[in-house]
Amino acid sequence: MTQLAQYLVGGLATGSLYALVALGVVLLYRSSRVLNFAHGDIATLGTFVAFTLLGRKLPFSLAITGGLAAAALVGVLFFFFVLRPAKEASLLGKIVLTLGLALVLSGAVQVVWGTDTLVFPFPLSDTRVHRIGQVVVSETSLGTIVTGIVLMTLLYVLVQGTKIGLAMRAVAQNADAAQALGIPARKIYALTWALAAALGGAAGVLLAPVVYLDPFMMLDPFLKGFAAAVMGGMDSLPGAVLGGFLLGIAESVFAGYISFKFKTTMAFAVIILVLLVRPEGLLGRVYHRRV
Amino acid sequence: MSAPEAARAMDKPLLRVSNVETAYYGRLTVLRGVSMEVLSGQVVTILGSNGAGKSTLLKTIMGYIPDQPDKGTIEVLGRRVNGWDPEDIARLGVAYIPEGRGIFPELTVHENLRLGAYPRGDGAVASDFEEMEVRFPILRERRRQFAGTLSGGEQQMLALARALMSRPKLLLLDEPSLGLAPRIVGEVFCIIREIHAAGTAMLLIEQNARQALGVADYGYVLESGRIVLEGISTRLEADPNVQELYLGMVREESVKGFRRFKVRRRWA
Ligand SMILES: Nc1ncnc2c1ncn2[C@@H]1O[C@H](COP(=O)(O)OP(=O)(O)OP(=O)(O)O)[C@@H](O)[C@H]1O
Ligand SMILES: [Mg+2]
Repeated sequence: MTQLAQYLVGGLATGSLYALVALGVVLLYRSSRVLNFAHGDIATLGTFVAFTLLGRKLPFSLAITGGLAAAALVGVLFFFFVLRPAKEASLLGKIVLTLGLALVLSGAVQVVWGTDTLVFPFPLSDTRVHRIGQVVVSETSLGTIVTGIVLMTLLYVLVQGTKIGLAMRAVAQNADAAQALGIPARKIYALTWALAAALGGAAGVLLAPVVYLDPFMMLDPFLKGFAAAVMGGMDSLPGAVLGGFLLGIAESVFAGYISFKFKTTMAFAVIILVLLVRPEGLLGRVYHRRV
Repeated sequence: MSAPEAARAMDKPLLRVSNVETAYYGRLTVLRGVSMEVLSGQVVTILGSNGAGKSTLLKTIMGYIPDQPDKGTIEVLGRRVNGWDPEDIARLGVAYIPEGRGIFPELTVHENLRLGAYPRGDGAVASDFEEMEVRFPILRERRRQFAGTLSGGEQQMLALARALMSRPKLLLLDEPSLGLAPRIVGEVFCIIREIHAAGTAMLLIEQNARQALGVADYGYVLESGRIVLEGISTRLEADPNVQELYLGMVREESVKGFRRFKVRRRWA
């Protein structure tokens, strides 16, 4: 029992990372149907920028803000200078453009920061632990879970509870109709890119103390986050969160009880299972956009 | 010159479209030199068969077709809006209800209404809500429901109410009666009359020519991207070609192509 609780805690920590990544993917997908393959690399860049700012002796909070802002900026610039001019391109064309961005960013990170692993100075420790009953939680895990949940709550409040969030949802459903009401659709898209990129950056920063920094650190979390998004229904923000946590927990429990080596295989087995039973994803809805 | 015609000559138009040519993808020409006006407080209707370019005209006015119009000028409230984004044209005080109504299916009725007032910062938004819900009781009833679950007629009411939430100076309507049962069509036109009575100018596109000419002050007939006829609506109603083509009054010839050909020639 304690053991299971222990694995669940571990699963919640990785799950909240996956959920953050998945939220970024879903935010963009549901507003413009673009799958952002550069999501992981934007996050990596943000994390490295935060690392450099920390090296410049900036306070932790400022360095992180700087890193997330850098990620957001890359997202916004990509939207305005690549996606907008290519607005006549097909969806597939746009997706290929994000793939291009991924390669460019990954190359840039390797050139600027090198390919050696770096240690990200994180204020929380992986070895200092808290005990909840018999269950041991490291400071990092706890920090990751709490930060993840705080960010998800903030996003929820923004999207569901503010005027700008309402405009985001409107643009996602029918951008033309939103424009007819005076909603600046382009700015809303740019904001969505910024938000998605910053969420990815946050996941990168939370991951950094666990895996060390290297240019490919986000590859696995990106794929998992993407998978979590698909499992959740691609269109649904709560679905992304649910998918992320389920995937994290499934992986952790499987790794603990059965095989650490095959935890990723198992994770994808879960996804396949979900999609077999519910092709539209856990919380996905089949609805047709009106044109 | 009749009184409305004299008014047209003197008043400054809310909307003036001059010699507009629009092509899709830069080469598929749909509008071939359209000129028309809407004066303040007027309802103007555009009649035309399927594919004549009526929707294209509205989309061009609202700035939806990239890099169009090719030629000509569009003025809204005296400002040239060629090349503007739709949201900026909307913010001048133009509300546009597209063909298919453009409601947000996965937002609640209430959220849809709120979005109508999106650019407004004044304090009267709340009281306008009240007013809309009194005027459209169904919207109060369905407040928390997703707009996509409303019936077609209810969706049209929502689209109208949402457009009114922006307190428009000019309302562009693309076939508001499309797909509605006759009784609901009557209701929609009732509301259009009310909006007219309140002094809001409208550009109304309709297949339902009888109803449209019934509310309109002035009308244009669009054929293959050209205005072939215009006039105050009572005069259009009396025009034999309009009667035959748009009001469904049958005369002896009934072969469609033949009829068309003859009519075209008369207009030329
Ligand atoms: N997005 C588009 N791309 C290319 N051609 C288009 C597009 N939209 C409309 N057209 C063409 O432009 C012409 C006019 O279309 P439009 O929709 O303006 O007609 P309409 O008068 O509104 O007809 P209806 O009464 O059927 O709504 C048609 O021949 C149509 O095929
Ligand atoms: Mg049309």
